[in-house]
Amino acid sequence: MSKPQTMLDKIWAAHEVTTVGEGGPAVLYVDLHLVHEVTSPQAFTELRHRGQTVRCPGRTIATMDHATPTTKPRADGSWPELQPGAEQQLATLTSNCDQAGIQLFGVGSPERGIVHVIGPELGAVQPGMTVVCGDSHTSTHGAFGALAFGIGTTEVAHVMATQSLLQRRPRAMAIELHGIPGPHTTAKDLALAVLRKLGMHGGTGHVFEFRGAAVRALDMAGRMTLCNMSIEGGARAGMVAPDETTFAYLAGRARAPKGAAFNAAIAEWRNLSTDADATFDRSIDVDVGGLCPQITYGTNPGMVVDIDENVPEPTDDDAADALRYMNVAANEPLLGRPIDVVFIGSCTNGRLEDLRAAANVLEQRKVANGVRTLIVPGSVAVQRAAEDEGLGDTFRAAGAEWAEPGCSLCLAMNGDKVGSGKYALSTSNRNFRGRQGEGSRTFLASPTTAAAAAVTGCITDPRELLSQS
Amino acid sequence: MREPLRTLRSHAMVLPVANIDTDQIVPARFLTTTSREGLGQHAFADWRGAPESAFADTRAASAQILIAGDNFGCGSSREHAPWALLDFGFRAVVSSSFADIFHNNALKNGLLPVTIAPDVHSRLLATQWPQLTIDVTQSVCQWDEVRAPYPIDTYEQDCLLQGRDDFDQLLARLPEIEAFEEARR
Repeated sequence: MSKPQTMLDKIWAAHEVTTVGEGGPAVLYVDLHLVHEVTSPQAFTELRHRGQTVRCPGRTIATMDHATPTTKPRADGSWPELQPGAEQQLATLTSNCDQAGIQLFGVGSPERGIVHVIGPELGAVQPGMTVVCGDSHTSTHGAFGALAFGIGTTEVAHVMATQSLLQRRPRAMAIELHGIPGPHTTAKDLALAVLRKLGMHGGTGHVFEFRGAAVRALDMAGRMTLCNMSIEGGARAGMVAPDETTFAYLAGRARAPKGAAFNAAIAEWRNLSTDADATFDRSIDVDVGGLCPQITYGTNPGMVVDIDENVPEPTDDDAADALRYMNVAANEPLLGRPIDVVFIGSCTNGRLEDLRAAANVLEQRKVANGVRTLIVPGSVAVQRAAEDEGLGDTFRAAGAEWAEPGCSLCLAMNGDKVGSGKYALSTSNRNFRGRQGEGSRTFLASPTTAAAAAVTGCITDPRELLSQS
Repeated sequence: MREPLRTLRSHAMVLPVANIDTDQIVPARFLTTTSREGLGQHAFADWRGAPESAFADTRAASAQILIAGDNFGCGSSREHAPWALLDFGFRAVVSSSFADIFHNNALKNGLLPVTIAPDVHSRLLATQWPQLTIDVTQSVCQWDEVRAPYPIDTYEQDCLLQGRDDFDQLLARLPEIEAFEEARR
């Protein structure tokens, strides 16, 4: 009998090429490299400087997402409202991909979108793979039972040249979710509940494996949301074991295996799950039984409360500073606090399922006066599917801005900004100071909770709003 | 090849704030660049305006060491963060813990992350512009009479001491990478 293994053990062992010297790091093979305009130009420059080329263009996919405006491109494919430098950044990606033979989903492509939305949509991310990208939310792809993590630009160049990385093996941490969440509670609320328990660096040095019935019950969009925010707990990667939900999602996707090859792949993918007797380096339990909608109140994603709870008393200087920055008071409720901007989108919550949840709230309702509601699909495919289902009509009729796909207000580098001192209720992943533009203040929550705030103009319990007919 | 880093002796800027994320180190609005040069001017862009800011002090420009609160460099994977710190003039950051991706990115650029024990760290955070010596060969950080050893991966320490980077190491393994690919076909 071989030693029982975790899913991380199995994927790591299958990709370890060799180690560098005695006690040195492993050379880890990369199956899929996702590339975007912001963290790649300096890597291509480094390759040229060293006389190297992209070794496996077929294992590389590029898109434009971070710097792209959410306004419509012109007929010739150019954008009217690019930020200074963005035009050159997009042009550089285009010429770099042309030269290297990398498939680029650029302006006008029906497959363009946020890198962590299109990778799965294309069927390019599959169980058992190693996936990297110069973006911390690469953890998203762990939803497929892949080892997926963010890297810096130096490592982007390493992968381009050698399809490999020097890595130390991370530790495996089981996050067991117990119980069945309450109504109008989503994968985002599960993610926030985990962060609340773990804090923002409880996972440093680890890879999470999310387990339990509440995880198994999630669709792929929900699993992606959950794994996406692993990095907010300090873990570079999060994973969910592949199962029938995973296989059904992958069936028929452009880059997924077809026919007999697909069945053979499924048989292999079933073996990836953590063995029954395997031990994790660490395990935590999170009780999500009857969980209600969650929301952040401070300036890091671990500062979370139930939506109908009061802001807790700060326990240290940093928490006190966070309350000052947010201008919220301890022992007061968040419910009823006015909101200036609602943002629904991002690699965390910009998928079709997220837009359906928002539309479910906005249907037959109107956005409150003076609240800017920006709804940004995660990809062109999401945008089109949402139009086909009539979600676009619902958003327009409600008075929301239904925009072009991209990262947009999640990191506010494309020109979309919340405004200094203003409050956003956002479905994105980070509530850091100024993350959504200089001086912005962010509350993080689910698409359901965000849409409820759009209707009332203030932080609202979606369970109450949706119980009124 | 980079300049080898053996010892570093400098006064240190102290930012006694925990969880300094990479959006603070370099805000996203400065990321529309295709170069790694010149980011020092944007380091801590939204912190520098405050009159009480350490950046307003005359000692800021020549400080080669930054001492910051726990969990430094959390958030985004942007390597622009270590690029900005290096371009500003820092060669080392001292904290009680670092976020994984920042830690990795820093080492790849020869910016030394020094993780010291929490009790020593809190004493250091209460000082202003302390004079520090970091001995990379011994993995020790010293100031006044305090001698704080710090853990470092021996491979990374070697890279720093020799000014070597990973790229050549990986390129040297290409035959093994090819054999691996062949075996998987």
